[in-house]
Amino acid sequence: MTPLLKVNDISKFYGSRVGCRNVSFELWPGEVLAIVGESGSGKTTLLSCISTRLMPTSGTVEYHMRDGQYRDLARMGEAERRFLMRTDWGFVHQNPADGLRMTVSAGANVGERLMAIGDRHYGKIRETAIDWLQRVEIDESRIDDQPRAFSGGMRQRLQIARNLVTSPRLVFMDEPTGGLDVSVQARLLDLVRSLVHDLGLSAIIVTHDLAVARLLSHRMMVMKDGVVIEQGLTDRVLDDPREPYTQLLVSSILQV
Amino acid sequence: MATPLVVSDVAKSFTMHLRDGIRLPVVSGVSFSVKSGECVVLGGPSGVGKSSILKMLYGNYAVDAGQILIEHRGQRIDIASAAPRAVLEVRRDTLGYVSQFLRVVPRVSALDVVAEPLMARGVAAEDAREKAADLLSRLNLPKDLWQLPPATFSGGEQQRVNIARGFITDHTILILDEPTASLDARNRAVVVEMIRAKKEAGVALLGIFHDEEVRDAVADRILDVSAFSPRKVAA
Amino acid sequence: MRDNVPETTGLATYNFAYLDEQTKRMIRRAILKAIAIPGYQVPFASREMPMPYGWGTGGVQVTAAILGPDDVLKVIDQGADDTTNAVSIRAFFQKVAHVAVTTKTREATIIQTRHRIPEGKLTEGQTLVYQVPIPEPLRFLEPRETETRKMHALEEYGLMHVKLYEDIARNGHIATTYAYPVKVEGRYVMDPSPTPKFDNPKMHRSEALQLFGAGREKRIYAVPPFTDVVSLDFEDHPFEVQKFDKPCALCGAENVYLDEVVLDDKGGRMFVCSDTDHCEDRREHGHAGHMLANKEAAE
Repeated sequence: MTPLLKVNDISKFYGSRVGCRNVSFELWPGEVLAIVGESGSGKTTLLSCISTRLMPTSGTVEYHMRDGQYRDLARMGEAERRFLMRTDWGFVHQNPADGLRMTVSAGANVGERLMAIGDRHYGKIRETAIDWLQRVEIDESRIDDQPRAFSGGMRQRLQIARNLVTSPRLVFMDEPTGGLDVSVQARLLDLVRSLVHDLGLSAIIVTHDLAVARLLSHRMMVMKDGVVIEQGLTDRVLDDPREPYTQLLVSSILQV
Repeated sequence: MATPLVVSDVAKSFTMHLRDGIRLPVVSGVSFSVKSGECVVLGGPSGVGKSSILKMLYGNYAVDAGQILIEHRGQRIDIASAAPRAVLEVRRDTLGYVSQFLRVVPRVSALDVVAEPLMARGVAAEDAREKAADLLSRLNLPKDLWQLPPATFSGGEQQRVNIARGFITDHTILILDEPTASLDARNRAVVVEMIRAKKEAGVALLGIFHDEEVRDAVADRILDVSAFSPRKVAA
Repeated sequence: MRDNVPETTGLATYNFAYLDEQTKRMIRRAILKAIAIPGYQVPFASREMPMPYGWGTGGVQVTAAILGPDDVLKVIDQGADDTTNAVSIRAFFQKVAHVAVTTKTREATIIQTRHRIPEGKLTEGQTLVYQVPIPEPLRFLEPRETETRKMHALEEYGLMHVKLYEDIARNGHIATTYAYPVKVEGRYVMDPSPTPKFDNPKMHRSEALQLFGAGREKRIYAVPPFTDVVSLDFEDHPFEVQKFDKPCALCGAENVYLDEVVLDDKGGRMFVCSDTDHCEDRREHGHAGHMLANKEAAE
């Protein structure tokens, strides 16, 4: 087996300000990596650099394409990169409105990626959309409703379905449970956990919530001031934090 | 006989950065091994580092020095220095763990919690659930609880779910952290039987048992952890 | 009917067809580029015209740029030669270009249109100029122009089918009846302007040159003669044109686009050809619909 993604010494500077610095890691098929840290720690900058939404100042990100070749994402043409992003990748935004088309129906939101890769059979597209709505626990009867009429949790689940319909191999998630009530969070987390497991997805999840990291990720990286200060097996980082900042984070979790 | 678990010269300390960086030594010079079909029980008073040793073996605690060698698919892997991916692979296929407390995952039924380690290894869901049902009925967990998430179960019920989850696979090494603490006599006896069966199947077991009766029933030898404790050296 | 070229001098000799020569040259360049890349929207420096946006400023500029003294101009609005907009634009060009005008499709060399393509087959040498309000077919789904331009460049047209999907989901069939998106020469998706989808098949491999001008949006695009123009659809919901139950009440024509005309305040109505020239032509050749037959019978 070979890594799906190789991140080599990524740095991003905003002028003289550091976004993230000298980050390297590999992501393997089926592996879920959590990037944790507080606001301004550089975790979202790092996610943007890896997912080609931002151009890193230096360093490379290589992706293992379906043809078995590694490709440097920064050197890939825009057409190919966009195609990759809407077929082999998913991106789940914190705010579902950023990832959904709020004025078209749930069915069309799920079907869009299929139509983008050339599916032209309405009946089959709809069938697939219904299947995916069920998998994310949205009632079939809501298929023609617009996400504007959905609750926050439903919108987030719809966004996930919309991303997974093309069977991507890599999914990026930016605070996927960010704006949700705690009870709704639990349901979403469980759903993401089982989908990631059943589909064998690789995922990079940015979160400030260590409980999310514990439940979803195999491995985690702790960021502070743009630098990865500690990384390892999720259990290890949370049960035996080594760095002062990680210890502070872990000790700040509210126990219920 | 094979020796799938070898621990050599392992040391562990905690540095508490939030308390002016004081360093708490836990254990040092930990060396022992466990053979296939053998059950080794860690002994010694509370706070001497028994649980810490188990957590290092399972990869939950980092190791300051030394090696923890596990025979995994014909290779020796050093848990102390292995990459997270390798640790997860060892946990999936070779190294099982029954913890004292169940980490509850919301909305997953007791039956699926138990079946999950088998499914993770590619066993079909039906077969895995069937085996899980066998174990849960052996452990006398009421059948009407099987489809419920264990979050609301009593301590003893949760522990039985945990034991079933740990025993369902044919892992060659099994770590037991007080698996019988909250069980009644009848279920303790079942667990003792299950441990004996594992020994006969050639599994290497390492555990902590406070219950003397159970300990005497399963232990082949007792390893006094006080020998590795720095506090003893100081005293 | 064909009006004679007015003898008066004046505006037409100062700047032929209203626009100055530099502007016409700029528009012609845009037109040539549009013809070279069928269906691609070429930006151009749209001028202020002596009429408000929405009255066909884009079409008028295109017509002004391609019009020559020997051309014969026809202007239609909703298929009719005698509506305010058509009459005004025709009069405008008579005044500023001294050009000959006609209502006969066959005689015209340039036909400026809003909303219709004439029923009669257009032939080689003729040019059809469309007035376009919103040239971007993706606009209502993706409001960012930067993004839609990129989507055109990269041929990412999945979104267009999202619109058709929504139609079927809501109405059980593709309910878009005008401005129905087409793919030109297998490459660019194009909005055929607010013509009814009934006219879409007429664009396909048409012998005439088709030019599209959007004044407010400052875009020109084109379909050269004999170019493939295919309406988008789904395999299980193929493209279909509207069908009318009855023939034209005046000329009896079938398979033409009909307008509804209210006759009285008691619910009386009739359906007549939207293309007035086509209707008149048929009646001159002795065809008669039931209304005309009734009228003659009454007389």
